[in-house]
Amino acid sequence: MHLPVYVGLLDSSLRSLADAFRQVSDGHGEEPDVEYLCQVLARQVDEQLEALTPVVRRYGENREQEPERLRATGLESTRSGGVGLLRDLQDLYMLGSFVDMTWTVVGQAAQGLRDRELLQLVDACEQDTTRQLQWLQTRIKQAAPQALIAAK
Amino acid sequence: MTDRIADIWGQRTPHARGTSWPVRLDQHLEEGVAESDVQRWVQSACVLCSNGCACDIAVKDGRMVGVRGRTDDVVNHGRLGPKGLYGSWQWNGRDRLTRPLIRENGELVETDWDTAMDRIVQRSRQLLDEVGSSSHGFYTSGQLFLEEYYTLGVIGKAGLGTPHMDGNTRLCTATAAAALKESFGSDGQPGSYTDIDSCDALFLFGHNMAETQTVLWMRVLDRLHGPDRPRIVAVDPRRTKVADAAVESGGVHLAPLPGTNLALMNGLVNQLITQGWVDEEYVSAHTLGFEELARTVEAYTPEKVSEICRVSPDDLRRAAEIFGTSERVLSTVLQGFYQSHQATAASCQVNNLHLLRGLLGRPGCGVLQMNGQPTAQNTRECGADGDLPGFRNWQNQNHIDQLAELWNVDRLVIPHWAPPTHAMQIWRYVEQGSIDFLWISATNPAASMPELPRIRNILGREDLFVVVQDGFPTETTEFADVVLPAAMWGEKQGTFTNADRTVHLSEQAVEPPGAARSDLDIFLDYARRMDLRDRDGEPLVKWHDPESAFEAWKECTRGRLCDYTGLSYDKLRGGSGVPWPCNAENPDGSDRLYSDGVFPTAPEVCESYGHDLLTGGATPPTNYQAERPDGRAFLKTAEYTPAPDAPSDEYPYICTTGRTVYHFHTRTKTGRGRQLRKAAPEPWVELSPGDAEALGVDEGDLVRVESRRGAMEAPARIGRGRDGTVFLPFHYGYWDTGAPDRQPTAANELTQTEWDPVSKQPLFKVSAVRVTKLAPGQRCAPAPTTTASAPHDPATVPATRGDQGAETREDPGVADPPGQVPSPEHTPGVPQPVLPHAARRS
Repeated sequence: MHLPVYVGLLDSSLRSLADAFRQVSDGHGEEPDVEYLCQVLARQVDEQLEALTPVVRRYGENREQEPERLRATGLESTRSGGVGLLRDLQDLYMLGSFVDMTWTVVGQAAQGLRDRELLQLVDACEQDTTRQLQWLQTRIKQAAPQALIAAK
Repeated sequence: MTDRIADIWGQRTPHARGTSWPVRLDQHLEEGVAESDVQRWVQSACVLCSNGCACDIAVKDGRMVGVRGRTDDVVNHGRLGPKGLYGSWQWNGRDRLTRPLIRENGELVETDWDTAMDRIVQRSRQLLDEVGSSSHGFYTSGQLFLEEYYTLGVIGKAGLGTPHMDGNTRLCTATAAAALKESFGSDGQPGSYTDIDSCDALFLFGHNMAETQTVLWMRVLDRLHGPDRPRIVAVDPRRTKVADAAVESGGVHLAPLPGTNLALMNGLVNQLITQGWVDEEYVSAHTLGFEELARTVEAYTPEKVSEICRVSPDDLRRAAEIFGTSERVLSTVLQGFYQSHQATAASCQVNNLHLLRGLLGRPGCGVLQMNGQPTAQNTRECGADGDLPGFRNWQNQNHIDQLAELWNVDRLVIPHWAPPTHAMQIWRYVEQGSIDFLWISATNPAASMPELPRIRNILGREDLFVVVQDGFPTETTEFADVVLPAAMWGEKQGTFTNADRTVHLSEQAVEPPGAARSDLDIFLDYARRMDLRDRDGEPLVKWHDPESAFEAWKECTRGRLCDYTGLSYDKLRGGSGVPWPCNAENPDGSDRLYSDGVFPTAPEVCESYGHDLLTGGATPPTNYQAERPDGRAFLKTAEYTPAPDAPSDEYPYICTTGRTVYHFHTRTKTGRGRQLRKAAPEPWVELSPGDAEALGVDEGDLVRVESRRGAMEAPARIGRGRDGTVFLPFHYGYWDTGAPDRQPTAANELTQTEWDPVSKQPLFKVSAVRVTKLAPGQRCAPAPTTTASAPHDPATVPATRGDQGAETREDPGVADPPGQVPSPEHTPGVPQPVLPHAARRS
């Protein structure tokens, strides 16, 4: 069974996402809404990680055999300026989308295994991930025209 | 004769539940002017709070010399508050801007209109050519008239095409609009002031009505002094007059820790659900989202709420019981919620309480999401605050096409590719230099915005071109490149709409001073000089005076919820103001909305597809349509999260800011009225007795209040607030005292640049601060004793009162109360449901 591979992937990509939210929060203190909401969302991801712990315990997580290229890469550093903010939010969006699809894949396995507990968890967490992506999309749309047209 | 400084609310005219509020005529004339000296009475309405009291201005020899309430008006039945009586005209002729000013070699010098306007147009054109319309930002007000906002909105949206236009209404009323949109699909006050006359319980959420809307509070007091009086529940960290009334009426005063409103509200909704005080039939037929709401509030037991908010679990249960078991409940909401953490979610929970019990659209059952400013409603509906005119939805292509057709412009000119830029973001773009042209009208951001050291830096940026249009020199005009002298209330004509949708006409009583012009004339002049054209090469702005602007605006509202097509200047002359929607089918206007529980949530009419209340992430249009709202309201909330800038060892107190009854905003008018100035001359710092003792501070000692961002200094009032909380009045800037580097007195020196994710309203009410004593006091703090700033120990402080010139005539019962405005069974502009009733109840 390869579910542990994806449980491991989920665990590691959630950690990357939480770290990335914190990095963007720290790196964009001059955008107070981004600073605060990224902290709130990082905590939300922390809670997902906590909720995932019993699943990891049950199925195990298999990281050793996981080829490097399947990992979600986190942010290296944040950028500055209007376009920099845009790119950082877009990186968060990519990472969030990766997490979103990983929940979907795990959810499919949970269906096949008729694992009610895991299904419930996937359902709740996917909703949170959707909210994160919707916020990122909203904020990116808002920032884009000014950053690309009028910023100095 | 009554001294309405000492006796703020005047004499009582008690009445029973369900009967009309009796008339009382209030009149105040300048000292030495007798009623027989008055040559003309000119119809208007007061602009010193959002209540919208109708009045007549007394004119003698071309000067405003007095004011009286209009007895036949549905809003005030003849009454006026202290600000209206002592501050509406007394500034007349003092310290006004009378000539345009331009900056030459660093100094502002007088010039003529041509020179000033040409300089604006030159810079405007240059930036449009070099950068485009994104270089232009407009920051306006909640003080102008409807005609002025609409004209500005059309210039910005159809002429220049900039998305950067907002008002200081972002600081006061944005959450009211946001909460109404999230719950009901559109802005538009559901309730009416008349609901006070027949309610059994009145909940005031973060609303110190006794000070902010004094005439509305008179209406409440007259119920409290009559038979079958309502019970009051007050949610406020301060011991206000409203809180006193709550205790005396057998209700509850809940004083949550600032920043925890949402936890409290989740707790109240939790109690309604767990105790079974839910009208299941109404909920299933008229709402969406009950299951998710119930899931989210499940964890907020009275004990958990008590831990977060520091209120007693029994008080919370008692408040929920009053809401859950009273036959008719009215709720009002204001800045204690709007300017605090998680503002929109907390305010939506007020809407939810009413939806859960089906207490909407009937006498005594309503929600008043209040406004702070007299014309804030017009900023919101005319397109001057970022929203599109007529409550149109920027994501709905049909709505954009309607506007493009009305204005005869290319739809791509109209900014609708992203959410309109809110004020806090406009200032950020100015800070970053991507907005280089900022036009400020009728507001004073250098005193009223949060974090003033930052705002002064932004306004002082070298490349920035600042236009300031105002009636007085202010803290903000100091930073202007061009200052335009504007006519004010009584010196120009126009209409405006109050917090319960009532529209009033305000006539011109006197000539403006010197070369001052109305804001409308200034905007029209700019449009002309910029040569803004429509698609056929005709002038874009086709009106030339207030009445023709009003007629143009009516067309923009046709068929929408805020329908003005049944109104005209003639109809608004004499008699009472009229609440919209008012059209051919409803010529007398509409008292309350949503009698049949059908809301403007259908995708084709709604003003917004809604947001996630935790993050502000926008709901995608397809998701919204898939929910098939079909006229049902949304039950939305979010989980509570701790506020930013939480108290720490270094900054252990939570600071909130607010108003006093005697002043409005940055006091440009009220600070020039002798009675008002004397009643509340200078700022103060309000401490609880416990905190004062711990700090070794006595009444009147000079203290310094400091946050991570800035500090202010003022004498301490040992008041009646809760421990751990400091209160500062926000009115006191520097126009009459000097400069911030001498002694900083503005509360906003220390407030934070942070906002609610949905309404984008700044968080004035939660700043972590430390307090230090600077020097012992010579006398008591200059804080009024008549209101929430009353001293803990009344014996130590002389009572606040007016002088001889404060005498006001009060005549109760001189006329019959005005007749009732009808409430339509089905709300105009709202589509009838499509789904059969059975399907709506699935």
